[in-house]
Amino acid sequence: MLRKKECVAMLLAGGQGSRLYALTNNIAKPAVAFGAKYRIIDFPLSNCINSGIDTVGVLTQYEPLELNEYIGNGQPWDLDRAFGGVHILSPYQAKKKSSWYEGTANAIYQNMSFMKRYSPDYVLILSGDHIYKMNYAEMLRAHKATGADCTIAAIEVPIKEASRFGVLNCNPDGSIYEFEEKPKVPKSNLASMGIYIFTAEKLFKYLAADDADPNSEKDFGKNVLPAMLNAGEKMFSYRFKGYWKDVGTISSLWESNMDLLGEEPVFDVADSDWKIHSRNPLAPPEYIGDGAKVGNSMVALGCEIEGTVENSVLAAGVVVEEGAVVKDSVLMAGTVVKRGAQVVYSIVDENVVIEEGAIVGEDKEKKAGIAVLGRNITVAAGAKVAGGQIIDKDYKGE
Amino acid sequence: MAHSMVGVIFSNIHDENVPELSRHRTMASIPFGGRYRLIDFALSNMVNSGITTVGIVTKNNYQSLIDHIGSGKDWDLARKDGGIILLPPYSDETDTPYTTRLEALKSITGFLNHRNEDYVVISDCDGIAHMDIADIVRYHEEKGADITMVYHEETDVESSYYITLTPDETGRIKGLKINPKLTGKKFNLYVNVMVMSREFLINTIQDAVTRGLVSFGRDILTKNVDTLKIYGYAFKGFYANISSVQKYYEYNMDLLKKDVRDELFGARDIYTKVRDSAPSKYNDGAIVKNSLISDGCVIDGTVENCILFRGVKVGKGSVVKNSIIMQDTVIGDGAHLDCVITDKNVVIRDRRNLAGCEALPYFVAKGRML
Repeated sequence: MLRKKECVAMLLAGGQGSRLYALTNNIAKPAVAFGAKYRIIDFPLSNCINSGIDTVGVLTQYEPLELNEYIGNGQPWDLDRAFGGVHILSPYQAKKKSSWYEGTANAIYQNMSFMKRYSPDYVLILSGDHIYKMNYAEMLRAHKATGADCTIAAIEVPIKEASRFGVLNCNPDGSIYEFEEKPKVPKSNLASMGIYIFTAEKLFKYLAADDADPNSEKDFGKNVLPAMLNAGEKMFSYRFKGYWKDVGTISSLWESNMDLLGEEPVFDVADSDWKIHSRNPLAPPEYIGDGAKVGNSMVALGCEIEGTVENSVLAAGVVVEEGAVVKDSVLMAGTVVKRGAQVVYSIVDENVVIEEGAIVGEDKEKKAGIAVLGRNITVAAGAKVAGGQIIDKDYKGE
Repeated sequence: MAHSMVGVIFSNIHDENVPELSRHRTMASIPFGGRYRLIDFALSNMVNSGITTVGIVTKNNYQSLIDHIGSGKDWDLARKDGGIILLPPYSDETDTPYTTRLEALKSITGFLNHRNEDYVVISDCDGIAHMDIADIVRYHEEKGADITMVYHEETDVESSYYITLTPDETGRIKGLKINPKLTGKKFNLYVNVMVMSREFLINTIQDAVTRGLVSFGRDILTKNVDTLKIYGYAFKGFYANISSVQKYYEYNMDLLKKDVRDELFGARDIYTKVRDSAPSKYNDGAIVKNSLISDGCVIDGTVENCILFRGVKVGKGSVVKNSIIMQDTVIGDGAHLDCVITDKNVVIRDRRNLAGCEALPYFVAKGRML
């Protein structure tokens, strides 16, 4: 019996995320914590399973250890399958050659045999850098309806930001006549989301051709998509209207966390129609103490709050002691804010200890920027971390 | 591992003590402590002590239990060899479903025969404690006991069936009484956790069957207290016996004490079913004091001295005090609740006032809309 999957997803998770500085010193960007209990990769993985796509290859390269451990056998996303499921695809040594992934297209090309095991009709290419909820099944339906060889998900962005993206110039029917990668002067504000559906045989053909081209940078946006367009393949855009955020910078990561807050949040992770699955922390319910004040915040299991928490996102097991204040901040798992310490307009990574009376960050209004503390460090009692400062070692102050 | 152990958990025994809570479920699946079911504590104690095979004896209303346990993966008990094995009642031409613990044990002799572990750890679900089972088995071996029964010092018990133990200075049980009159003085309450060798248990069951015995407590334990080597293991930590709805209320509230939380949750993990709820949200206007809040809650009102289970909503201007609010209960705007227990999926409409008292909390049954 021929066993096959209609659509296989390939998730590019090898990026370093260098603009997240201390937060990605030892972990890949898709493994960065988000929204009190999630990691960035939970979003594309949940989108896959919620869209009925149960075969996902996750391509890792930069600091893959924590990401591999997090994904494990894929059970939290219901992706532990006898046929299909989630698979970590690291660069490997082959008989004839071995190499690191050189670009997005090369990474997929090197895993041709993985995709072919499932004889897919379509291949969905995803990246692990975005926070969004999207039904890929609808995009696949559109891909089939237009008879396209490649469909690119696209979103309208403010025109002044369009030059940061791959820009799609389209006909009224949605077909793409021009693709510009990060143009200086964009002709439209329709940005590629880096989400592609390819008809599998076309993808395999163009990846092979791209690999054979010594001048190619082996990149989808720069090489493969323009090559397909030049050859006259049918390429369509698929309009996405909804929340979609690249969390590749400190400020966008902070903003996206804040978007979860409020009665009518900009982005709702508690959507029962589109559950975001994740590996759950093993922790008792959070305890909010007698003297605590918690307002406009998201707090995960295992936290112990005796101080004040305002406009903040606190991950599992965070401790805020009596008299401590956490404001406009994102605190990742296991961080401790001791008595009388203050954390303002900051992102604090896992297992950081902020000793008594220390002050981290400055009020948002002062425009000094977001303070960032890397994981497993200690900020000494009474020490002061200025707004916008990025620290990845134990800190005793100036 | 010096010795191998298999667990047997009785999911239904003592259901009658908490009729409100066990109407639609087993004792094992009664919610406790914000995100747990009673069985999670017995199961976690076993798993944390290295037990990888647990038979769960069921009788009535075990749908909620099956739903909770699933494949056992959340306790790391989805195993090729062993894992969680549900043992529903068995009957054929000669046998009717069991009515006593001894008959229940008889009905699982097939399971016991097929295992190869040295020891059987038997536990009920009405006790909440952080117990080191491996230490109990070590004690059992050291004493060369036939049966080791775990006890906890109490002054009161509300259960309709209980056993008190009187050990001598070596720990050997010299007196074992069923439902004795209580005088208000301290006594040793058997906490329904017991260890035997598998071989001893199988032989005891077979012997009981040939002699037509029916009660494990009366016919085996009390009658043989002089001839069998029954030892008592004193458990000295926090122990909560869910023997009435009032006790259920009190012990939930005990979790608001830091030392109790540290003992139950601090040293080892308590495993439970994972629901993938979003983290809880505390909106502007929320006032939360001295409370345990589970994931998936959305709080707009005031919550004081409460245990909130997963997915609870507290509307604007509502004040909820001294209450236990179970999973997915929705409290509208401007409601007042004091000393209330709401079971799962209750809806409290806007501006309702409900009050009980600490000695008699007001109980709202599952799925009710008030």
